[in-house]
Amino acid sequence: MLAAAKMIHSLFLVNASGDIFLEKHWKSVVSRSVCDYFFEALERATEPENVPPVIPTPHHFLINVLRHRIYFVAVIQSEVPPLFVIEFLHRVVDTFQDYFGVCSEAAIKDNVVVVYELLEEMLDNGFPLATESNILKELIKPPTILRTVVNTITGSTNVGEQLPTGQLSVVPWRRTGVKYTNNEAYFDVVEEIDAIIDKSGSTITAEIQGVIDACVKLTGMPDLTLSFMNPRLLDDVSFHPCVRFKRWEAERILSFIPPDGNFRLLSYHVSSQNLVAIPVYVKHNISFREGSSQGRFELTLGPKQTMGKAVESVLVSSQLPRGVLNANLSPSQGTYTFDPVTKLLSWDVGKINPQKLPSLKGSVSLQTGASKPDENPTINIQFKIQQLAISGLKVNRLDMYGEKYKPFKGIKYMTKAGKFQVRT
Amino acid sequence: YILYNFQNEDLKEMLESNKESLKLEAMKRIVGLIAKGKNASELFPAVVKNVASKNIELKKLVYVYLVRYAEEQQDLALLSISTFQRALKVSPLIRASALRVLSSIRVPIIVPIMMLAIKEAATDLSPYVRKTAAHAIQKLYSLDPDQKEHLIEVIEKLLKDKSTLVAGSVVMAFEEVCPDRIDLIHKNYRKLCNLLVDVEEWGQVVIIHMLTRYARTQFVSPWREVSYCLCNNEKAFYDSEEERKVEQTKPYIMDPDHRLLLRNTKPLLQSRNTAVVMAVSQLYWHLAPKHELSIITKSLVRLLRSHREVQYVVLQNIATMSIQRKGMFEPFMKSFYVRSTDATHIKTLKLEILTNLANEANISTILREFQTYVKSQDKAFAAATIQAIGRCATNISEVTDTCLNGLVLLLSNRDETVVAESVVVIKKLLQTQPSQHSDIIKHMAKLFDNITVPMARASILWLMGEYCEHVPKIAPDVLRKMAKTFTNEEDIVKLQIVNLAAKLYLTNSKQTKLLTQYILNLGKYDQNYDIRDRTRFIRQLIVPNEKSGALSKYARRILMAPKPAPVLQSAFKDRDRFQLGTLSHTLNSQASGYLELSDWPAVAPDQSVRNVEVVEPAGAPALRKSKTAKSNEKFYSDSEEEEEEEEEGSSSEGSSSSSKSVSESESEENSDDSNKSSSSQSEKSSILIITYLPPQIMQKTLLLIIMTKYILIHIVLSISTQFFVNCMCSLLHLCVFLACQFDVVSWHVHVSLQASSPVFVPETSHELLHRMTGKGLSAQYRFTRQPCIYGNSMVSLQLTLSNSSDQALENIHISEKSSTGQNIHRFNAIGERHT
Repeated sequence: MLAAAKMIHSLFLVNASGDIFLEKHWKSVVSRSVCDYFFEALERATEPENVPPVIPTPHHFLINVLRHRIYFVAVIQSEVPPLFVIEFLHRVVDTFQDYFGVCSEAAIKDNVVVVYELLEEMLDNGFPLATESNILKELIKPPTILRTVVNTITGSTNVGEQLPTGQLSVVPWRRTGVKYTNNEAYFDVVEEIDAIIDKSGSTITAEIQGVIDACVKLTGMPDLTLSFMNPRLLDDVSFHPCVRFKRWEAERILSFIPPDGNFRLLSYHVSSQNLVAIPVYVKHNISFREGSSQGRFELTLGPKQTMGKAVESVLVSSQLPRGVLNANLSPSQGTYTFDPVTKLLSWDVGKINPQKLPSLKGSVSLQTGASKPDENPTINIQFKIQQLAISGLKVNRLDMYGEKYKPFKGIKYMTKAGKFQVRT
Repeated sequence: YILYNFQNEDLKEMLESNKESLKLEAMKRIVGLIAKGKNASELFPAVVKNVASKNIELKKLVYVYLVRYAEEQQDLALLSISTFQRALKVSPLIRASALRVLSSIRVPIIVPIMMLAIKEAATDLSPYVRKTAAHAIQKLYSLDPDQKEHLIEVIEKLLKDKSTLVAGSVVMAFEEVCPDRIDLIHKNYRKLCNLLVDVEEWGQVVIIHMLTRYARTQFVSPWREVSYCLCNNEKAFYDSEEERKVEQTKPYIMDPDHRLLLRNTKPLLQSRNTAVVMAVSQLYWHLAPKHELSIITKSLVRLLRSHREVQYVVLQNIATMSIQRKGMFEPFMKSFYVRSTDATHIKTLKLEILTNLANEANISTILREFQTYVKSQDKAFAAATIQAIGRCATNISEVTDTCLNGLVLLLSNRDETVVAESVVVIKKLLQTQPSQHSDIIKHMAKLFDNITVPMARASILWLMGEYCEHVPKIAPDVLRKMAKTFTNEEDIVKLQIVNLAAKLYLTNSKQTKLLTQYILNLGKYDQNYDIRDRTRFIRQLIVPNEKSGALSKYARRILMAPKPAPVLQSAFKDRDRFQLGTLSHTLNSQASGYLELSDWPAVAPDQSVRNVEVVEPAGAPALRKSKTAKSNEKFYSDSEEEEEEEEEGSSSEGSSSSSKSVSESESEENSDDSNKSSSSQSEKSSILIITYLPPQIMQKTLLLIIMTKYILIHIVLSISTQFFVNCMCSLLHLCVFLACQFDVVSWHVHVSLQASSPVFVPETSHELLHRMTGKGLSAQYRFTRQPCIYGNSMVSLQLTLSNSSDQALENIHISEKSSTGQNIHRFNAIGERHT
């Protein structure tokens, strides 16, 4: 009996309309008919998100992730931790995004050769080989218009000839020989509020999750430390592999040799003991009367605990009940759309002016004969607040060792709505 | 189709052009075809010619092509092998990618070449190449499982490797090839634990899973509750034995190695890689003392912020954990609240976890939350919530009544599925305490006319029948209505109508006798055989006649027996029979290749096996050359002994054909008689091996056809024994090498321009022409001891020509004159190169 081959056997990319537009096999070829089981599941699912991530078939297992309206379907033959495959597939998507700017069907088709070269480097025999962006970029240079032109003239290639230096070093995430004329290091502290607010406006659950995304363009091998004014706020953290864990444990200082370019330094969760400030409130009056084909719909938004900052890029969306035929509303600011097919109402509010609160009022018409919906729709809100970390987290200082020059440093704060829902 | 063909012709032309850019363009288009799943196999000959290209991108694309089609075009694929073998000697990146491609070409005939290349790469200076070697082990194993023993040797060697780059890959190979050989791990256990933090993330996952299995075989259980229970029981048995009691209650001391593993994996909970976090979590779940478990909770809850698919897997694992240890996740209950935007399978899992977490203290909060879910627009989810409420109601007796009342309210819900689900759940709940709830049953009877979902109708009918004594007036009326609609009902409803009729007949035959008989008659002629069967059975059971035996006396006791209430339990109960975090756990069925966790041993095996006494010199790879040479010698002599032993042990039925080929070559006339006699002692020993072949090893006949545009070489090899596969491999190496080196029409004698290293053939060569007499050209010859490709009656001779002058030599050939009537296959003139 042949031993069952481990890990990822093949990969199929399926678009929203259910066509396989790319396939890659790392071992012997698996017929694309294996995807029929996936299509069955796709058909059964009411929403694209409802396709189960793990689908067993008689001889294989299909593990899929959905991103940018593309299903990445991995074919597995035997036992493997499912998260291993899922995490890897997401890493593939991140890499595509990194290389092509967007991860869309068109971008993948346009760059099919680079995609193939990338997949070839990322997996060997179905086992991840190089997934670090810095290493991949040394092996395969991202396509740019300029490079394409130069290559066609000079006949040079996009493929590196030498083993990436990082692959062997103790800092595999950083390439060597980095040179910049302007040395800069930018850090974005981005916090997201996840909340469920009930009918009466009280908070059922609210928590803050944050990330520090960095863009570091520094020459040589800089060694950075970043410290916080109030590190105790960070309850649970996860690091980029570059962060020295022991130093954090002992001193609550982030000490690291950064990768070159963009990367996520840290994700954190703010301790749940702290009360979460809710920056917006919603006043709503949505009612349907029995027997009437009209319903009332009123929404008013207002700022709550914003620490004096403006709430911007507000977007309200709501899935109205199936019985709703159309909506006839008038916004005091911004624009709204209602899709009668998906019943999705979305209202692009923009900035909230505390003096003149934005509102959306009007009526919704129900299908004649349809009974009154049981439940009022949930309202999802997105917003942004610049220059504020809602948890109060503050970076104390950023220092660089190991290099002589003086880098330009910058830190930006931002708060966003994560999964922010208001039940009505 | 014509267009497609035309396009292929086009591509072929481009590939055969002299312009690099055209070739590259063609390869890019071909890769595009492969990506779309189109067949590009007929371009194989044109593509494979470019395998030796200097342009690295072109080369890589050819590799991509080769790996895809080599299995289909085995003969042609062999053409490229030599290129990879040569590439194995260039820069680490090229070396590694050559090995990767070589090992990905799933052509059985190259198994020996792969084996050799893997062995070589496993001792490479570059850890990157060694990592690739570890990957290649798995590929070779799946191509030819017979190589297992040799591969285990390589694995053993690589496990000792101190590079973090190699660790993950070799453990992967270990898991694949020989997961049961935990003895290989002992000596490397502490090293792996200490390296773990620095290993790349994918390797970490694999190592952690392996170490989990390892630890369960090597350490005793840290779960004191369990051992305490056991010893309490035992105490009763051994009351008199004071000593034993003392021994049993001795405090548990954790093996330092066990502690080392827990300590070194803990920081990885902070990894950004969700698979690593999950791996550590399952390690703690399966290995850590119960009171230390809580540290994984936060990290698991953090993963819930990740992608939908990650959530799905993590929630499943939390669901399993939360059944056994509510306390772990109770403080994070709110993280499992459902959002309207969650996918259905996420919602269901969250519901499952909330139900598992419910206890007296938090049930009111949870029920309030459930009330929102019941109203959800996602009706499947609303139905699942009703099931969950039912489970809470049975598990927590304080809220049973509240839940029941809530469910009764739902009966007037507008949505069919909600009502139906409520009926089903109420039915289950009522079974636990029917007497107090006759009003609910009455209420349901009233609703009956409006309910259309078959399962719900059947449930109500069953309730009517079961508790007909509580509702003596209504039940017969329901039966009357059912008699009218019987023929239009679904099958499950029909069965319950028959049931109801039977029960009423037994309890209230005065009112229902005629109705029952009518229904039984309808059932008798039903289209469904189940219903006909049931009707016949019920009739015999309840209607006494002369034929029915003793059974009908007990009809009442059979049908009206008190029935145990159904147990409502989680679908995740006992899921932890599978190791958490595995595919099998996710699917709740064993996937192929699943490795079971063993139970803790009662007594810990010897701890000292993990002690590492001798520290190996770190610069081992530097000594590689001399070492391999030594090991070769050793292997050689070992095998010789082995062969001889085997020969002694076996009967005289020596494998005829294999020994024939060798003895023939010995007895055949030679091109140079005098030289023949000067065969040295060392050659004799190899002849010994050749002649005494172990009979039990299958003979392999390999046919190798190698074609290029210019060369045609036809080799028939008759090879026996594992040992000779190696010899064959070097011969093959040579031939293919030659085929690619020279633009020569045909070859008759093996000639090598370079002292290539056929490993297991005597190295002794003899001088044919001294460079002084040859004016710069020297010639060495030696017997390759291999069957000749041109027939059994010939002997192959290897000539090594070297040019020590500084001028190019041309037109080297063997002269036509043959002195003693010998038959020599000549090779055509070669243009000498500087070597």
